[in-house]
Amino acid sequence: MVFPETEQMRFDLQVIASWIDPGSRVLDLGCGHGELLAWLHVHKQVSGVGIEQDEEKAAYCIANGLSVLQGDFNDEVDDYPDKRFDYVILSQTLQQVYEPARLLYSLSRIGRRFIVSFPNFSHYSIRFQLLLKGMAPKSEELPYNWYDTPNIRVITLKDFKNFARDVGYRIVEETAIKTDHHANYGSVVKSLSNLRATYGIFMIEKEA
Amino acid sequence: MVNNSDSYLEVGSAGVVEKQFFTYAEPPDQMILESGASLGPITIAYETWGKLSAKRDNAVLVAHAFSGDSHAAGFYPDDPEDAKPGWWDSMIGPGKGFDTDKYFVICANILGGCMGTTGPSSINPETGAPFGLDFPMMTVGDIIESQKALLDHLGISSLHTVVGGSVGGMQVLEWCVRYPDLVRSAIPIATTMRHSALAIAFNEVARQAIMVDPKWNRGNYYDSEKPDLGLSVARMIGHVTYLSDEAMRRKFGRKLQNKANFSYGFDVDFMVESYLRYQGSKFVKRFDANSVLYITKAADYFDLVNREPPAKSIQDIRGMKIKFLVISYTSDWLYPTYQAKELIQALKRADLDVSFCEIEADCGHDAFLIPDKRLGTLIGGFLDGVPRN
Repeated sequence: MVFPETEQMRFDLQVIASWIDPGSRVLDLGCGHGELLAWLHVHKQVSGVGIEQDEEKAAYCIANGLSVLQGDFNDEVDDYPDKRFDYVILSQTLQQVYEPARLLYSLSRIGRRFIVSFPNFSHYSIRFQLLLKGMAPKSEELPYNWYDTPNIRVITLKDFKNFARDVGYRIVEETAIKTDHHANYGSVVKSLSNLRATYGIFMIEKEA
Repeated sequence: MVNNSDSYLEVGSAGVVEKQFFTYAEPPDQMILESGASLGPITIAYETWGKLSAKRDNAVLVAHAFSGDSHAAGFYPDDPEDAKPGWWDSMIGPGKGFDTDKYFVICANILGGCMGTTGPSSINPETGAPFGLDFPMMTVGDIIESQKALLDHLGISSLHTVVGGSVGGMQVLEWCVRYPDLVRSAIPIATTMRHSALAIAFNEVARQAIMVDPKWNRGNYYDSEKPDLGLSVARMIGHVTYLSDEAMRRKFGRKLQNKANFSYGFDVDFMVESYLRYQGSKFVKRFDANSVLYITKAADYFDLVNREPPAKSIQDIRGMKIKFLVISYTSDWLYPTYQAKELIQALKRADLDVSFCEIEADCGHDAFLIPDKRLGTLIGGFLDGVPRN
């Protein structure tokens, strides 16, 4: 089993980890090398499951004792019974999902709560690029060109909140953070978050 | 911890091993098979590697594929210089996927086989002659019951894991539904919950190849010439299903065998023809034609999805504490990944702990038998994470 220390984990994952109740059942979509799952297992006795598309990463997780399924989480989530997990986590991937509304509905079905984090497209640096250069913005978080980006969904903190309100998702936790891409340090943004935060993290419960 | 060494390349490191025999179900206490027929005495040929711990909690059962045997690793004492090691030698031994410094590894020849365990070529005690088609039809479930009898004999009441590829994978799944309390983890590899029409079709062609050989003589050939032609054709078709389009293109393409031009006849022209004929002729030296009939039929009957109660299916082991590791190969067209996914779906719905890895390999269904560092690392690490109690 790998034993990652809190400070080695990506900053948004540290925030997410702090929201998880000990002993709960967690599904991590796009779990990578399993940093979050391993941390939750060691520090919060969480029974975790990961889904990861990449063979090498999935095999790494399994060989370190984690329960991980290699596959496309858009399909894999459909096989779980209702409320199978206490938390379903989708970190820094929502902007790449083809059918986000359908996926989030599935997450609300299989999890008591779900947590999403995504890069905030209304950060002032992105706004300036569009305004001053007149070109599709690029950033550390979103480094691609319009023609090769996997980030097909343009999401801002405000957009997400509006979406949650419209479909009846109750936001039970939300944190806006300023952190560098993949960095393990960062800070919480309290004011003007839609302008100043590089990432947003939300925990959702479906209203009955 | 994860084993990153190249121990999988150390041929024969499991050491010298001897085939052992265990006989049970002596009349009148014969074994009742799933079909209702009774069979006994039954002899099981098996081999073991490593040491059983004092707590008897480190046993690993390896289930072999259709044409395999108990000789999974190492060499026999009387092996000639050029002998090949056991069929999973890259996986069993010190520091390998099934680390014999940690685990007590057992592999038994399956019921109906011809490598020491009772099968159609064994002597029928009632007649004093080989069974032939008088051997009762056995199932994958019957194979598991015979392995259970062996474990009872060895004093083993729980398995750290049960593992196997292909028909061996079916045995793994059958173990889980029959004895879910005994199995702490399970590793079904390149396998399926039930044969597709394609898999049954290939098996049927193999069986027909044997049965149309006049020397087969309705299974009664043990004191005369054997149906070698039919058996070798059966092996040829089988072998095609174990490879893949990619592997055959890479290995043979349209290359000719020892010639520059076509012969414009029906002798061997293409290299792939020569290879298949060689595989066929090699097989008849070690395998019994009737065993092919019985084992392929048992594999065709195997169905973990549609079962008449009281037979157990995956839904009946809902929530059990078995850790599953399902493995498939990208180029396996006999049991393609979609069949592994069906298994995973069933396991998820039954609230079972399942991991899955699809290994990228171009060598087809037989990929699990080819030495590959990835498989040993994956399985070795997975087994470390399985609780001992």
